[in-house]
Amino acid sequence: MKITVNGTKQESAATTLDALLDELGYGPAKVATAVNQSFVPAAMRPEHRLADGDQIEIVAPRQGG
Amino acid sequence: MPRYYDTEITSRLMLGTAQYPSPAILAEAFKRSGAGIATVSVRREAGGERAGQAFWDMIGDLGAHVLPNTAGCHSVREAVTTAQMARELFDTDWIKLEVIGHADTLQPDPFGLVEAARILTDEGFKVFPYCTEDLVLCERLVEAGCRVLMPWGAPIGTGLGLNNIYGLRSLRAHFPDLPLVIDAGLGLPSQAAHAMELGYDAVLLNTAVAKAGDPVAMAEGFARALEAGRLGFEADPMEPRDMAAPSTPVLGRAFT
Repeated sequence: MKITVNGTKQESAATTLDALLDELGYGPAKVATAVNQSFVPAAMRPEHRLADGDQIEIVAPRQGG
Repeated sequence: MPRYYDTEITSRLMLGTAQYPSPAILAEAFKRSGAGIATVSVRREAGGERAGQAFWDMIGDLGAHVLPNTAGCHSVREAVTTAQMARELFDTDWIKLEVIGHADTLQPDPFGLVEAARILTDEGFKVFPYCTEDLVLCERLVEAGCRVLMPWGAPIGTGLGLNNIYGLRSLRAHFPDLPLVIDAGLGLPSQAAHAMELGYDAVLLNTAVAKAGDPVAMAEGFARALEAGRLGFEADPMEPRDMAAPSTPVLGRAFT
């Protein structure tokens, strides 16, 4: 399956958002997620199924003004 | 001291957390200035990077309320989704809402800002909108549910100060009871003092402090200027006049 994660196209075997985070090594990292510009709460990741062409954003706390 | 959505903050300084020479200098700037609110953002993170957790731990030690922003968002959709992600990450329903309308000036998109403010308010967010001093825009933001307004002094990062004194004064007069915060464009403590003298409740700074040669001293300078300016406002200043008026008594002058 071809997906885009944080702007980079890549192949993934993960079928859910939760599995994708595991596959990419996020582990217990403090991150929030969106798929195709819609927010996916952490509690919903295990049941959020990924589809070919999905655009995924994975973000974390950072400095800001 | 200002109250934002029923939360009293014991400082008139909101301070950004970006662009400091080091995390230690950032922490010291907060300590010396007593800033009550720290603005933060969300950005992409790679697997295994763990930078977010480290930053989160550091912010927790500052002792300030956290105000996440939607910096860099150019559409309502981006801003709303970013706000939702920030709420989960920072565990707060406060959001500094930025919907940028122009790449050169970074000025807010007023139409997108009102739409996003309405959506987020309906979702339970407490919205702090980064706006201009336009009175009609500010009325629309209040109608959308905003209980604080954050007009720019000048474009973000310019250090030009308060570009439209008349507009800012009008806004203060029109919304006498709403918390008003100058967000963006300040470069010097004197400009922050001026904002206080106009009756504004607080200022939000980042570049002016972080990019100063001595960020810690500048943070303290701003804090003192805010205190001085506010005292001046509360002391009911004299009216300016065109003609000179002697302050020393005329009666009893020698040689008369």
